[in-house]
Amino acid sequence: MTTELKVGLRSPELSVGTATAMKAVFVRDLKTALRQPQDLLNPLLFFVMVVTLFPLGVSPEVSFLQQAGSGILWVAALLSVLLSLDHLYRHDFDDGTLEQLVLQPQPLFLLVLAKSLAHWVLTGLPLVLLAPVLGIMVHLQGNSVAVLCLTLLIGTPVLSLIGSIGAALTLGLRSAGVLLSLLIIPLYIPVLIFGTGTVMAASEGAPVGGQLALMGAFLVLALTLAPFASAAALRISLSNS
Amino acid sequence: MSEPLLQAVNLECERDDRILFRDLSFSILPGTLIRVEGPNGSGKTTLLRILAGLNDSYSGDLLWRGKSRHAYREEFLRNMLYLGHRAGIKPLLTPMENLRALMAGRRSVPDKVLWQALEGTGLGGFQEVPCRNLSAGQQRRVALARLLIADEPLWILDEVFTAIDMHGVAALERLLVERVENGGAIVVTTHHDLRLPTMHRVTLGGGDGYDH
Repeated sequence: MTTELKVGLRSPELSVGTATAMKAVFVRDLKTALRQPQDLLNPLLFFVMVVTLFPLGVSPEVSFLQQAGSGILWVAALLSVLLSLDHLYRHDFDDGTLEQLVLQPQPLFLLVLAKSLAHWVLTGLPLVLLAPVLGIMVHLQGNSVAVLCLTLLIGTPVLSLIGSIGAALTLGLRSAGVLLSLLIIPLYIPVLIFGTGTVMAASEGAPVGGQLALMGAFLVLALTLAPFASAAALRISLSNS
Repeated sequence: MSEPLLQAVNLECERDDRILFRDLSFSILPGTLIRVEGPNGSGKTTLLRILAGLNDSYSGDLLWRGKSRHAYREEFLRNMLYLGHRAGIKPLLTPMENLRALMAGRRSVPDKVLWQALEGTGLGGFQEVPCRNLSAGQQRRVALARLLIADEPLWILDEVFTAIDMHGVAALERLLVERVENGGAIVVTTHHDLRLPTMHRVTLGGGDGYDH
């Protein structure tokens, strides 16, 4: 080999930092989603519809709605997040950007975390912003509307993070939708129980600090563990494709 | 003699109860181009995905500069560029946005350089047009623009010539030759009749690849 090597190994200093790479993933996901707003509106519309249909279908009585309101809102939010999960990695998988993501030198779990956060900003956050209006619609009393929004604010990122594991695991499968629900719903149940429980407690005037702290613990747990699981699941799914 | 960048030692891969290849050993040296050959379904893409680290279902060893690639994953990924069948181009974004996003994870490149790279692949004037409005060949070219600004020493390119017109193919061939002369290492699969002076071949399929 007599060629003089002009193309040498790349030194680590040339590489981009993890924070920059995470930001790029986040920005790209937001940009792509905003170019296709109907995909964003679908889960939101679903959320509003379900909550609106309950008073029409079951009973418009104030006492019933006050009793069931927090549950209805939480279940609707949970299902609407579930509805949007399949898109989390599917498009990236189909167009090959997921392969490139896995091959980036930065730790994959952090890039996955950036994607999960983008998913939350696009689906969970709008739900939280809509919740006060719907909360008033189901006659939740002053304080419990605020608590409802707070539980959704803490709870919906957990839904996105746990959901990302399921979405990554079912990526290579054809009938992903059914399996995704079966895998993920059991994991959502604790969040649902504490979410509605906290709002119920608030409407009865009981202190909610402890329950909110527990939900916060869920969030910390999901933030620290879910990206690792999703990253591993993505590697497996790509390996089998 | 320079040190091999990537070494495959006794690679074996089985898929759907069929052995695609076994006892496959070769070294990827700087300044060489390796063409992986074989009929359809002989495992060319699988081999390239294994080399790139996307597919873990193999036995045998892969050594990155003599060391276990698994242990030096970060260094390996920093020095390797992979272009697959699926180009990694988002149809909703423009070529500029796509290229910026693809480079963002690797190194910071000024927009001017990205713009020129897109011009260099014949996409001048299309930089700000959403990729879904571009033809298949033009979308491929967005991905190929990365090659013009890539500084990774190892390239793994799967079917790079797909959907590229004659003029583009010639330009790409020149780029590959120039790259190899400068000491880059390239692994390609292609059905295109590629004739380069320093080309090594790895042949898959045929008699030796199948388990009878």
